[in-house]
Amino acid sequence: MENVTPDEKAPVPAKSRGLWHKIVQQRYLLLMSMPFVAWAFVFSYLPLWGWTMAFQNYRPARGFFEQEWVGFEHFKSLFEDPTFYLVMRNTLAMSFMGLIAGFTVPILFAIIVNEVRHMALKRFVQTVSYLPHFVSWVVVAGIVTKMLSSEGAVNDLLLSLNLIDQPIQFMAQGSWFWYIVTASDIWKEMGWNAIIYLAAMAGIGPELYEAARVDGASRVRQAWHITLPGIRTTIIILLIMSIGHLISIGFEKQFLLGNPLVSDYSQVLDLYALNYGLGMGRFSFGTAINMLNSAVSIVLLLLANGMFKRMSKESIF
Amino acid sequence: MASSSSKSRSTTSWSDRVFDIVVYTVLFLVTIVTLYPFLNVLAISLNDSTDSVRGGITIYPRVFTLKNYETIFAYGGMITGLQISILRTIIGTLLGLAASAMLAFTVSRMDFIGRKFVSTYLALTMYVSGGLIPFYILMRDLNMLGTFSVYVLPGIVSAFNVFVIRSFIDGLPYALQESAKLDGANDWTIFWRVILPLLKPALATIGLFLAVGQWNSWFDTYLFNGQSKHLTTLQFELMKVLQSTTTNVDSVHGRNMSEVMNQVSPESVKMAITMVVTVPILVVYPFLQRYFVKGMTLGSVKG
Repeated sequence: MENVTPDEKAPVPAKSRGLWHKIVQQRYLLLMSMPFVAWAFVFSYLPLWGWTMAFQNYRPARGFFEQEWVGFEHFKSLFEDPTFYLVMRNTLAMSFMGLIAGFTVPILFAIIVNEVRHMALKRFVQTVSYLPHFVSWVVVAGIVTKMLSSEGAVNDLLLSLNLIDQPIQFMAQGSWFWYIVTASDIWKEMGWNAIIYLAAMAGIGPELYEAARVDGASRVRQAWHITLPGIRTTIIILLIMSIGHLISIGFEKQFLLGNPLVSDYSQVLDLYALNYGLGMGRFSFGTAINMLNSAVSIVLLLLANGMFKRMSKESIF
Repeated sequence: MASSSSKSRSTTSWSDRVFDIVVYTVLFLVTIVTLYPFLNVLAISLNDSTDSVRGGITIYPRVFTLKNYETIFAYGGMITGLQISILRTIIGTLLGLAASAMLAFTVSRMDFIGRKFVSTYLALTMYVSGGLIPFYILMRDLNMLGTFSVYVLPGIVSAFNVFVIRSFIDGLPYALQESAKLDGANDWTIFWRVILPLLKPALATIGLFLAVGQWNSWFDTYLFNGQSKHLTTLQFELMKVLQSTTTNVDSVHGRNMSEVMNQVSPESVKMAITMVVTVPILVVYPFLQRYFVKGMTLGSVKG
């Protein structure tokens, strides 16, 4: 940016004087934004500086210049650690399952809710469907564990339908874990994620449906040929955003639903970083994991965005 | 198929009727699957704990009692947890609202010199994050470990919230600001007197998001204040109880609750705490529904 000239008498370039003038004129706007910009710098940007730890043998007691620099040593040992590949497998498996199910189910739900003509019923179902979104993962994990326990509702139902002879130990078997996490996520967020689609559906012109009715299209066909294409843009935008967050799936669900019996399936990148980085005090190693995670996320986001740009250019018929 | 459904009126209405049955069945199932677990938890929390062990409680208590609730509130951690949870929800929400509203106002002003910089700067924070370990080190370097400030300070500026409110301000007529300016109002007065009163629906939405986020967090307590008993939160207490008996992963944290467990069955304790943690949200969110539905829609346009 240009510097402000302190000497008022000297001939100042018009632009620079204009800037100083503007700063004074917009002092309230600056006062209302700059403190928070500094705030975000501390809490959102300073942690990025912490990435330097990944290239050091970080010791908490030492200053920045006294740290021992080790280059890509930690990344090397990360790629040599067999646990890393297990963790990466779990992360990718749960993110893809989450992406596919978390993406299609809310759309289907929105289409179904959109078909309800009875307004009070529609409102009631929507209100109910938002409920799990607002409760914490701690509560959801407790509820899921309760429902899936050997005397829980799910086993009771399966037993009474004679589908199984003995209760299934859902929470104790690693092979169930990914499905439980995905299903819990759907249970919690389906209604909430449908909000945007329902809003987009409300914007579709009723004349389209009328024309289809005149042509004798059934309601299934109306949903397929009018409702779905009508929310296409919304679907694409949300898809790109979810791809950007694909491997940043967090760790809350895995932390709260997991237990030592299923740890081979529940360990994800963030938990891995937490266990090694804080649990064992290997801060540098943990930082390397975090850094890798962020880097992959950004690459995925840029790829998805590039894909979208090409698609949106080609997709105008 | 396509030809058969469009040929005659009767086949069309037949397929529509099947569709209707599918629609209402799905809605019915969704309602049951969503509500049943909550009602079940409520019923068990109000049921005598020795009776609950027999199993078979569905959506109403068999032997009604309030003993489970009395027991959990006799444990000091619950009272502290409740106080801290309420405090962080109020302070965190107010600070977050103030920051988001002011930032949103400035980036909504087309003439603001910092507009481009501030919005890009904020948008970046949504996609790039340093990660858990660097964040932990930062908190430690700032001497924030074991203090209340870790609950409310880091989350004050949230880009998503700013952009939701910005979209809302963009929807207000700019003439309001111009006429206020002609009357000699400065930017602060415009914000405080003209914009802020009109922002109520957006602030209700963001306030709800912030409050729910604050009320529901447990991980910051676990990570930063796990050893500070006076800074415990309700969610963290619930987490400890749930984890300690299901898995024994965190037996160090869980020990405090063990004397409570002796009096009533752990299952009933869990359910009672779960209800205490959940009820405030159940009471609030339906009334704010029309606001947050609009807020979500606005956020998706720009965010």
